[in-house]
This record gives sequence, structure tokens and C-alpha cells, in this order.
Amino acid sequence: MQITAVTTAAGPMAACIGSISPWRCLSEDEARTLEAICERIIPTDQDPGAAWAGVVTFIDRQLVGPYRRLRKTYQMGLAGTDATSVGMFGKPFVVLTAKQQDAVLQSMDKGQARGNCWKLVSAKSFFDLVVGHAMQGFYGDPRHGGNRERVSWKMLRLPYPPVRGRVANG
Amino acid sequence: MIVGAGAGGGIVAKELAEAGLTVVLLERGKWYTAYDCRKDDLRNQRTSLLGCAFGPDDDHYRRVVVGADGQERVVPPSDGAYSNNAACVGGGTFSYGAMAWRYLEKDFRMRSTYGAVAGSTLDDWPLTYQDLEPYYTKAEWEIGVSGDDTNNIFKGARSRPLPMPPLPPSREHVILKAAAERLKLHPFDLPMLRNTIPYNGRGGCMRCRWCVGFACEVDAKCGTHNTVIPHALSTGNCTLRTECVAREIVTNDQGNVTGVEYFDERGRLQEQPADLVVVSASATETPRLLLNSPSRLFPTGLGNRYDWVGRNLMGHAYSGAYGLMDTDTYDDLGPGASIAICDYNHGNPGLVGGAMLCNEFIRLPIHFASLSPPGVPRWGAAHKDFMRRFFNRCMAVHGPVQEMPVFDARVQVDPRVVDDWGIPVVRLSGARHPQDLDVANYISGKAAAWLKEAGATTTWPKLPGKGLSGGQHQAGTCRMGNDPKTSVVSRYCQVHDVANLFVIDGSVHVTNGGFNPALTIMAIAYMASEHIVQTWKGTRMRG
Repeated sequence: MQITAVTTAAGPMAACIGSISPWRCLSEDEARTLEAICERIIPTDQDPGAAWAGVVTFIDRQLVGPYRRLRKTYQMGLAGTDATSVGMFGKPFVVLTAKQQDAVLQSMDKGQARGNCWKLVSAKSFFDLVVGHAMQGFYGDPRHGGNRERVSWKMLRLPYPPVRGRVANG
Repeated sequence: MIVGAGAGGGIVAKELAEAGLTVVLLERGKWYTAYDCRKDDLRNQRTSLLGCAFGPDDDHYRRVVVGADGQERVVPPSDGAYSNNAACVGGGTFSYGAMAWRYLEKDFRMRSTYGAVAGSTLDDWPLTYQDLEPYYTKAEWEIGVSGDDTNNIFKGARSRPLPMPPLPPSREHVILKAAAERLKLHPFDLPMLRNTIPYNGRGGCMRCRWCVGFACEVDAKCGTHNTVIPHALSTGNCTLRTECVAREIVTNDQGNVTGVEYFDERGRLQEQPADLVVVSASATETPRLLLNSPSRLFPTGLGNRYDWVGRNLMGHAYSGAYGLMDTDTYDDLGPGASIAICDYNHGNPGLVGGAMLCNEFIRLPIHFASLSPPGVPRWGAAHKDFMRRFFNRCMAVHGPVQEMPVFDARVQVDPRVVDDWGIPVVRLSGARHPQDLDVANYISGKAAAWLKEAGATTTWPKLPGKGLSGGQHQAGTCRMGNDPKTSVVSRYCQVHDVANLFVIDGSVHVTNGGFNPALTIMAIAYMASEHIVQTWKGTRMRG
């Protein structure tokens, strides 16, 4: 896990949940759950996945920036994900096996995850939101805290630094 | 006085200032330069996930959008439903992809060509392609257009060739050109407001990845911000006031416009007296300003005697297809879009209108991440693998389907919600005409056929939704026409019942062609400016 390094980069800011957390907005537990979710959305294979790329750093930063209106959604959604995990496998999300985690996320994706915890934010809409944000954090510009060392761009074989001043092909 | 320094307003400022009129050009945004462009994949004018790079900003602006179910939503500019166009000097032309289309002859005569369409206010323009041709030419040479449409047999006659040659072909261009020729189509190098060689004192395109939605790092894209607006200022007759938000157009008891009230960059209310007011604020903000300017003589807003202001909002129903190839087709050569056909703009069996088809601008990784074909999951290991295998092997062909104007697709001002200056905001409601979706399906099929001929092993469609159109191609809300009862302005963009008020932007389009509208907005601006200069008599319009 590279979470320590990423945390240092984010800086110890006052967390918006009020408790002491190395994150800007998320609690430590929330960050761990979110990282586990993102790592299933963009898993590590021969190339690094969402956790290494710093997708949680990206999301955490945006939650004190352009996505601040979504803080409550994240709080409720991450709690709901854990509640669904406990309901399905008797354990919180982060300690499940990858297979079990996928099963939880699939039930959210298909809108099958229900219950009190999904009353205000539906499982489906929360999962869609996280998929979108994970893609932004992994494939977007590194300046926002994700896509560490342009890892996804290297994976896609995008030239860096971009070649400029060309007039012809080749 | 001109409100809005975009494609239309910038040109009017230059033409009037050059003719010796004293011009105040008001712009609510800033004057950005290429140095302000940070090539941010998530925050630019095309992808505004983290905000719009060139305005308006999420903190000060908002609109009300009424959904098909009647639900109202207050949305910020970075939300697609806001129907945003950039708020800065140059307007959309500062960061656009810069396609430079002339509409076709039939695009000005849609009603005569196809007859009435149920549920649509489809009509002919009060002018023809031939009337506008000299001004298209002027725009191409003054602002600067590159390309080569010799092989486009569907185009209207042109009096002068384009001033600049096209860029050398990309890999995608070569493949698609050969495929189109095999299909007996007529591919050509699409025209762009882009320097390919040094022109107008600026250098040529360096072909980077970040084009549409971004400012140009080498100033090769040609907008009003780097051509006519500096020219207008250099005459000494034009003052540009940025970060100034117009609130209301002031009228007197004789029914003439006397000036504009606006908030300056420090939020102070100012009134600028004017003998002549030109509104060039875009097809959503122009009707907002007119509707926000009621008076005793015009109780429902300026130009709105017959309730046509804000009606017929159109954009384009973008439609096309994606195709996966066996070999790498991506070569990282911007801008991406380069080859087009006009074979399907008209004459499609049983359908009204159509669209130009061309290859898409470069897809950045974040765009590609949401494009997986049916059968590929949108997350998980399979999605990541798809990204890795096909990012360099995907081509996209698409085009802007000409939309049928709908009377109830409209811009109003909201009775409750205001922006940070206390001005009632735009309220958007209505939906696309169903025929647009039929055309979109047809066009998507043609795009897929082109890609298959080019070697695509898998194709899948890109289709528009049913909701209200608009966006950066917004048009139609202050239609031009000869009959004051069914239009807002004359063929010279003069508001029918207010002699010293003009609307010069995409709002006046009767229909919006199957093309990007920028060059047409520019041509109309040149034409209307010429009319103003010729009929201006010191402090008032002649006659």
C-alpha cells in the first residue's frame, strides 16, 4: 500500500468532518473504504491501479473544491457500502476478498442494494458517481492529485512530454 | 454600444469603429491569453467536470432547467444542462475547435425544400446563400480559414478560394479518405479557422493534443480575440470593458433605446448612454437581456411584441459512430478533426435535412474512459484492459444533425432565481423535435458504414438524447424574418419595432444548418455591420 506517501502529499489539513484525519475531507476509515472501491473499479494488473495512482487523493481534494456539494453524498454512500457489505458478507468492505467486493459493487451497480442506508442516496447513483470520479482521478490530469506519475497515460502509450511543432505525420 | 465580445460582437466592434463610430464593447468575462490555458483535461471549455476554464464561473452564475417531467433544477455553468458557451473576450471563438463552415444553399431554404414539418416552426431565411456569400468570403480572409473544399461538390459557389492550405493528413485522415472514396463519397479537408501557415501576423498550428475546449498555446486558432477585436481597439474608436455584466437595456417614451445599465468589474451599477445598441450575447443570454428590459411601451420585453423572443432554441443533435480497428490509428496529431463529407446533409430519403460527417477531435483519455462499446463493462479489470488495448485503435466519425426549430424549446427569464448581481436568470424548457432523432439514427448508420469500410471490426452508435438542445452551437432565439409577427429582427438584424436596437449573434438564425455555426455568425455580423454603417446618420438610423 502506498497510502502513507499519498497522505503526505495531500497534507494534514483540517478535515471537514471535524475529527483528526490526514485527509482534507474524508475520515481515515472513509478513505480506506473509498480506496478499496476505486481499486475494484480500476484494479491493479500489469499496470498500477486506482490506489497507487492516488485516485482517493484526487477525490478528497475535489471534495474541498468543485465537488464540495457532494460531501454528504460521499459520507452516506461510503457508510452505505459498508452496511451493504456487512449485510451480504458480515464484514466491512475493506476486509472482504476481491471477489466479495465485486459482488457488493455489482449489487450497487444493478440497484439491488437497498435498505435504510440507501434512502437518501441510492446505491446505483452513488456507485455511478464513484465510477466517474475514479476515471477522472486515474485518466485525468495529474495536477489534481490523481494519475500519479501519469501512470494511465503511460499505460495508453501517450507520448510525454507531448511532441510539439510538428508539421507532418511521422 | 455592443453587449458581448464573441463571434458576432467582435466583428461588429471592428466594422463600426473602423467606420468612425465611437464604440463601447461590453464583455462579462475576462480577456484571457494563451498563457492562461493550462491544458487541463478536467477543467476546460469542452470538459467542464471541474469547472469552465473560460467562464462563466460556478460561483456567480446559474440557470433554471425545466425537465420533461416538469421538475425544475438550478444548475451551474459546469453542468451540461446549463447550455453554456464561454464568457470571455472572443466568446466561443477563444477556445473552440474552429470549424469554419458555410451553410449550404438549401440550409437557407429549408421550408421551400422540404415543406412544413408538423410540430416545427421550420421556415426559410429572409436571405439566400448568395446574399451571404461575399460576407462568408470576408470572414474567411479577415479572420483566417484553412482547408480545401474543392472536392465538396455539394457546396454553394464560392467567389474566392480559402486563404490557407489544410494541414498535412493524419493517419486517421488517410484511412478515412480512402474508405470514403471507395464508397463513392466526396471527402475533403474540412475548413477551419486555424492558421496552418503564418497568417495575419500569427504562426501556424503545432498540432498538439489539446485543441477544442482549450486556448491555443501558439495562437494559431483564429477567433475574434486575436483578429478583429485588437483591430477595433487600434482604431482608437473602441473601448473594451471586461467583467461588466449587462442588466437592462434602457428605452425612452418614444420607443428608442437610450443605453445599457450594467454592473462594472467592481459590482457598481453604471449606465452607458448609447445612440445604438447591438446585443451579441449568445442565443441564451441575448433573449435574457431583451426579456429583462421591459418598459411601458414594451411590457413583455424588447422585441417581444409577438412572443417570439427566446423561442426556437436549437443546437445540434450530434450523432455518429465509433469503430475499433486492428492496427493503431492514433498518432497524437492534433487537432484530430480533418476530413469531412457533405453527402448526407440533404437528400436523405424520407428525412428533413441531415448532417455533415467528419472525424472527431482528439479524444483525451478521460473521454475515452466513458466510451466502451456494448458488451464491455464500464468498470473493473475488463474495462481497464479495453482502455489499454483500444485507446490507440479507435476512430470516431460524427456530425451535427440539423435540428427542426420547436416553438416551445425556449429561453425565458425565471420569476424567482437571480444571479449574484440580482438579475433574473435564464430558464430553459422544452425538448428536441422527434424527427431530429430519426435523422440522427440515419446519420449514425452512415458513420458506421464509413468506419466499417475503413476497416473497423466493431462499431457502435453515438446518439443524442431527447432533451432540450442548445450548448455551444445555440441559435435561433431571435429569429430573423420579413414578417414582424413571426420573427424578432429583420434580415439586417434590426429589431422590428426598435430602430436603434440590433441583435447580431446566433440568435438570429432561422435554422442552424448541419454544421458548426461560427462562420455563419461571423458572416451575418459583417453583413449587418455594413448595413448599419451605410444607414447610420450621425446619431440615428436613416429613415
